[in-house]
Amino acid sequence: MALPQELVTEFNELCTHYPEKRAALIMTLHRCQEELGGWVSPEIMEDLAAYFEMEPVEVYGVASFYPMFRMSPPGEHVVSVCHNIACELRGAPEILKKVCEVTGASVHGTSSDGRFTVETVECQGACTTAPMFDLDGVYHEELTLESVEKILGGLS
Amino acid sequence: MIPAGETYLLNRVENQGSETLASYREHGGYIAIEKILEENTPFDQVIEEIKDSGLRGRGGAGFPTGLKFSFMPDPEKDPRPRYLAVNADESEPGTCKDRILLREDPHGLIEGILIACRAIRADAAYVYVRGEYRKEYDNFFAALAEAREAGLVGKNIAGSGWDCEIWTHKGAGAYICGEETGLMESLEGKRGHPRPKPPFPAGFGLWGKPTTVSNVETLFNLPFILNRGARWFRTMGTENSPGNILCGISGHVERPGVYEVPLGIPARTVLEEYAGGVWKGRKLKAFFPGGSSTGLLPAASIDVPMDHDGLKEAGSMLGTGAIMVLDETACTVRAMEVVARFYDHESCGQCSQCREGTQWLYQIFKRLENGQGKVEDVELLDSLAHGMAPGKTICALADAAAIPTHAIVRHFKDEMMEHANLGRCPLSHDHQLDEQREPAEAGA
Repeated sequence: MALPQELVTEFNELCTHYPEKRAALIMTLHRCQEELGGWVSPEIMEDLAAYFEMEPVEVYGVASFYPMFRMSPPGEHVVSVCHNIACELRGAPEILKKVCEVTGASVHGTSSDGRFTVETVECQGACTTAPMFDLDGVYHEELTLESVEKILGGLS
Repeated sequence: MIPAGETYLLNRVENQGSETLASYREHGGYIAIEKILEENTPFDQVIEEIKDSGLRGRGGAGFPTGLKFSFMPDPEKDPRPRYLAVNADESEPGTCKDRILLREDPHGLIEGILIACRAIRADAAYVYVRGEYRKEYDNFFAALAEAREAGLVGKNIAGSGWDCEIWTHKGAGAYICGEETGLMESLEGKRGHPRPKPPFPAGFGLWGKPTTVSNVETLFNLPFILNRGARWFRTMGTENSPGNILCGISGHVERPGVYEVPLGIPARTVLEEYAGGVWKGRKLKAFFPGGSSTGLLPAASIDVPMDHDGLKEAGSMLGTGAIMVLDETACTVRAMEVVARFYDHESCGQCSQCREGTQWLYQIFKRLENGQGKVEDVELLDSLAHGMAPGKTICALADAAAIPTHAIVRHFKDEMMEHANLGRCPLSHDHQLDEQREPAEAGA
C-alpha cells in the first residue's frame, strides 16, 4: 500500500512549515487516521516511515505515545466519555453507564454490530459545561441521561 | 450579583462574528502591533512595558512574562533562528479558558503572538493546540488565513518589511505536552518526553534554537497592555499579581462557567457571586483552587484571595485559576482517586519516581476508597509523595501528583481514616460502576 497522492501533496506542503521534515509526523498521523479508516494501521505506519525516511518502529514509538492515535480499528462511531474530576462531580459515571446501555458497547470496547466504540478519556477542557463526551470529533456538553439517549439514538 | 469591575479579556466574545478579522478590526484590533511597526518601537521598549505591567504567565507557573522574554539572547551575538512556541495544549483538569479565546477571539491571540515575536525577535511562532480542540483549531486556523491574506502574518507585515510566520500544530491527547519541554519534543515530531533543564528553552529550545514558550491567555493580554499601558494594567489585580484572569469554576456549583475576575478576588466571591454558590442549597466541603495539581483546600479556606501570594500562603497554588468545587456529599478520597488515576495515566514514564509513584498513589487511593485500605495507608501516601517531589524528577508532573496528595492528608485525614476503619467509603458510591470503569487502559 502507498499513501494516497492527495495526502502526499498535502504532507509535502505541511513539511515546509518546519525546519526539519520529521516535525510534521504528528500532523500526518492525524490526517491518516482521519482519512484512512479511523485508526493508524501497521501499513500506514510503514508508509509514513518511508515518507519520512525513518524506521517503522520510530513511527510506532511516536504514535503509541499519544492516546488519540488508535492502534486498532474502531466502530462506525466513537464515543469518548470524559471521566476526569470535573465531569465526575457532575455525574460522568451515570453518563458512561447510559452510553454503554444505549450503544451496547462495553468501556474500551466495540458493540457487536460494529456501530459503536466507547472509551473513557481524561480531561477534554469542557469542565464548566460538564459532563461531556466527544462523538466522532464533536463535543457534546452539559449532558443529561435524556440528551445522551437523544444524541446517540438519533444517529443513522 | 456579579461585582462591578473593569473587564477586557472577554469583552469581545459575545459580539456577532467575534472570530472574524472585520469584527476584531471594528473593536480596535491590530492597532498595537501596527503602532509598534509604524514607529519601529525598539524590542526592549516593548519588553520594558510588559515588565512594568507585572504580567505573570497564565499557564500555571505564574512566571513574570517580561522577564521571560528578556532571557532570549542578543541576535547580534547569537544569529541562530529563534522561535515562539504558543502553549494551547490546555489540559489541566478544570481548565477551559484558552479554549474560549481560541474559538471566539482568535485574532486577539494572533496580535499577541505578533507582539511577542517582535519583543523576542522571533522568526516564526508555532501554536500547539491540543488535538481534541477541533473546533478551536479550525477557528484559529481560519483567522490565521484571514490575517495572512490581509498582510498581517507572513512576509513584510503591514508593509513594514518585517517577516513573521505563524504555524499551527496539533497535539494528540498527551497531558505532558503542556509541559514546555515536552511540548517542544512533540512539536519536533517525537514522543512528548520533557527535557532536563538546564539548558533552558531561551538557549536551547525548538530544534536546539532560542525559544520562548508562552500560554494563550498570557499572549492575549499583550495587545491590551501595549494599547493602554502598564499603569492601566496595574489598576486591576494586586501589586504582585496585576491584571484580570479567566477563572473557570466547575463541579458542584449553580452556574459553572469561565469568568473574568481581577487577581486577588476572594474565592468566596467567585463561588457565591459569579457561580451562584454551591448547587442544590448544599454546603461547601472542599475545593481545588487552580486545577487538579493544586492542593485541595477545606471549606474554611474559601476566603483565600485568588492570586499567587494568597494561595501560596494558604498552602496551595493559583495554578490555572480553575476552581473545582466539592459539596458536602462528595468524597475527597474518591476525588483524589480520580486525580491520581489521571496522573498515573499521564506520566510519560521517563523518571521512576513519577512512573512508579503515580501508579502507587492511584492504587492506594483506590483501595482506600474501595474499603480495602489500612490506617497506615494515610502515612504511606504522604511519604510516597515526599519521595516523588519536589525537584526529584525531570519535570513537575510528579509534583502535580504529590501536592494534592499532601493536601488531602493535611486537611482530610479524618475522612481517610474513616475509610480505613469502616472498610468502605462512608458516603455512598456505586462501586459496581467503578469496576466497569477500570479496564486495563491503553496508551501513554
